[in-house]
Amino acid sequence: MHCGMCLPTCPTYDATKLERHSPRGRISLMRALADGDLELGSEFGKEMYYCLGCLACETACPAGVNYAAMFEAARADIETSGVLAKPKRNFVRWFTVKFIFIRPRLLRRLGQLLYLYQVSGLQSLARKLRLTALLPQNLRELEPLTPTVRRYFSDALIREVETPTPRCHRVGLLTGCIQDLIYSEINRDTADVLLAHGCEVFTPRLQSCCGSLHAHNGELALAQEMARRNILAIEGCAGPLEALDAIISNAGGCGSHLKNYAHLLHDDLVFAARAATWSRKLKDIHEWLAEIGLQRPTCPPQPQRVTYHESCHLCHGQKVIHAPREVLRAIPGLEIVELPESNWCCGSAGIYNITQPEMAGRLLDRKLANLQRTGVSVVASANPGCSVQLEAGLRQAARDVRVVHPISLLAEAFRRTNPRTEVNRKSRCPDDL
Amino acid sequence: MSLSPDSLAVLRDILGEPNVLTQPEDVIPYSFDGTAALKQPAGCVVFPQNAPQVARVIKFARQNHLPVVSRGSGTGLSGGSVPVANGIVLCLVKLDRVLQLDEKNLTILVEAGVVTQKVADHAAAAGLLYPPDPGSMKISTIGGNVAENSGGLRGLKYGVTRDYVMGMEVVLADGQVVWLGNKCVKDVAGYSMKDVFIGSEGTLGIITQVLLKLVPKPAAKKTLLATFVRMDAAAEAVSAIIAAKIIPCTLEFLDKITIQCVEEYARIGLPLNAEAMLLMETDGHPAVVEEEARRMEEIARQHGAESVTVAKSAEESARLATARRSAFSALARMAPTTILEDATVPRSELARMIRFIQEVGEHHRLRIGTFGHMGDGNLHPTFLTDERNFEEMERVEHAMKAIFDFAIKLGGTVTGEHGVGLAKKRFLPGAIGEGSLDLMRQLKRTLDPDNILNPGKIFDP
Repeated sequence: MHCGMCLPTCPTYDATKLERHSPRGRISLMRALADGDLELGSEFGKEMYYCLGCLACETACPAGVNYAAMFEAARADIETSGVLAKPKRNFVRWFTVKFIFIRPRLLRRLGQLLYLYQVSGLQSLARKLRLTALLPQNLRELEPLTPTVRRYFSDALIREVETPTPRCHRVGLLTGCIQDLIYSEINRDTADVLLAHGCEVFTPRLQSCCGSLHAHNGELALAQEMARRNILAIEGCAGPLEALDAIISNAGGCGSHLKNYAHLLHDDLVFAARAATWSRKLKDIHEWLAEIGLQRPTCPPQPQRVTYHESCHLCHGQKVIHAPREVLRAIPGLEIVELPESNWCCGSAGIYNITQPEMAGRLLDRKLANLQRTGVSVVASANPGCSVQLEAGLRQAARDVRVVHPISLLAEAFRRTNPRTEVNRKSRCPDDL
Repeated sequence: MSLSPDSLAVLRDILGEPNVLTQPEDVIPYSFDGTAALKQPAGCVVFPQNAPQVARVIKFARQNHLPVVSRGSGTGLSGGSVPVANGIVLCLVKLDRVLQLDEKNLTILVEAGVVTQKVADHAAAAGLLYPPDPGSMKISTIGGNVAENSGGLRGLKYGVTRDYVMGMEVVLADGQVVWLGNKCVKDVAGYSMKDVFIGSEGTLGIITQVLLKLVPKPAAKKTLLATFVRMDAAAEAVSAIIAAKIIPCTLEFLDKITIQCVEEYARIGLPLNAEAMLLMETDGHPAVVEEEARRMEEIARQHGAESVTVAKSAEESARLATARRSAFSALARMAPTTILEDATVPRSELARMIRFIQEVGEHHRLRIGTFGHMGDGNLHPTFLTDERNFEEMERVEHAMKAIFDFAIKLGGTVTGEHGVGLAKKRFLPGAIGEGSLDLMRQLKRTLDPDNILNPGKIFDP
């Protein structure tokens, strides 16, 4: 099937009008490789890394083509073949994909160092003295993107087991790697919202990256290792997966990959069955709340105009489209303004804004222009990558717009409902209503 | 003849370096259009930005006897824009400006590479309607629509692309740029030369600009969905609606397999257990719409409709139409290869044709999903097959021929809206007869004596 229905939804095709930068074109190249009509070379490699992996094509595809699987396999082939190998690229890949992001303790240490650098004033001093100008060009361009690291990470904010009264559900909570460092409060908010919905929350103190970074960058073996670790972590904290009602992710990009563990580990003798259970239980937080019955905070309305930016992997990858909007609608006083092109990639796309700054910048500009059209002062986004990208873009454009997770807005409303308890552990099961 | 470095240097000189693609990774994605199982890599792909550039490329190609295949977004369904070996693919997507919307004359002037949806959006913004709405309108280009004389879901009441083309700019095979037609509703000054190029599939000239007619947007619209236990009952209902002198804007048919595939994609609550479904839409003056909807419901029920429901909102109507437009692609969920046919019969013969398609499928042990624009007699029986299974592909060939022969016997045609291209080439003589084919050949020889424009498509010279 090559009908071309994916073309108008592909950000790189839209920007270039070249078939090779489209899903249909990329698939034709993969097929040419498979048929022996094309040799795997650096041009093919570059093309596959020019793809954002936003999966808008999967939403558009009436034929249900599984682009994500083909794209991950193609990137894995590229890495095995070494056609893109260069000393600098090799080092950066080794340091990020193969070193830092498989060592959660080290990642947190690095986070603490970065925190000290930022709070001590060294960062602003370095920026004022233009020391950042001494950095190599691509790092210099990326420096303003550096997000603010939080003082406390998820393990300091969330106890391993938190139990509401009454208890209606038992869920595991995944806190992510980057989100744990730069948006740990979102994880606390998620736990609070779950507690308010009668969910007992199990949160392993030390969690690994979900492995999406590895899978999307051609390191499938490492992605499998991360998957096994996460399954073990949740089991270690909450017991057998079967006994849980759900495993919760609050990051669109991670959730999309986490749901794929069944496929990722399908031929792993020890883990295949557990991975299948895992995938069945894995729920995006918004999706889960809709499933168990979203509870509306009863606080007095606080008028606010909010728009919602869709994370690609939440809407295209997980097909969770209405639930986050429902969460926003449940908050008293919130007026939701639809964002034009809300499901068009913001350019963050995992580490795409680092590897392809030019295209990422064009997409960010497009997103910022659409945000401006809504005239709101708050944009809700449910993926840390998008939030970093949007915050950086808004900061550079000197626009006073707050970027916030829908669940944080909901948690705030629950806290306003019940101001005396910082953490809202009083819950009502839907059955009691 | 292959493209020499010298030829490529000339093309780069005309178009600029980035607008001439030759690397395999750049060119392979242009080896096909939307048609299954047709593939041929091009010698190079070039992107002109304006008509003078097109003219220079064509002149150069003619001097050097290089074949030129024009192409828009590559969504055609008969292989019309599949490249010719070592030839030039002239991709017009960068001629994408909307030049003028004339609200006094109800026309819009656009470049050939403008996407059909954009034409529709511009018209809608001015309270007007551009009626032709082919299934691929979100990405197909208007130049491609004109070259293929595309149809769509509204053909029954509003006609096809041809009915909306008032004029065009064409680059001829000798590189001359000519303007054909104008904004006059009436014009009989000589032959209607624009009509020669509509549906010419890129074999007679390169269309670079199009002047289109627009109509006022209908004030009201109503969408009905009827289900049937038998496919031929749905066909009979359609014939009865036409015989009752009702011309709704849409009368779309989907069989069970198609309904299931479309529902799996669109998830809009289509009736999964129905054997057949009719999507009926009437538009116009609110009172007329009410009356027509009521009578269509009545007729559908008289012909055994199990249920008739009315879309509750404009959004629901739009969702139904969009879902229907995805039918062809959605069928690809069922099998690796989907071969889409375009047999068209007079509307009085619909039930016979539908029954015949079912019988042929059973006889040749093939799965056929059938949908189509029943209101205009245009059916799309789609073979769900696998091009790697040669034995089955042979049966597909036999079945296809049987369906075409029967359609012709009923006074129909082998292609209603997809064009001949490569896919229907061998069926063309049987459909139109030698006299008609000879006339086409003479025309081709006159306009393109060196046979450089999309050679080998529609017929051999």
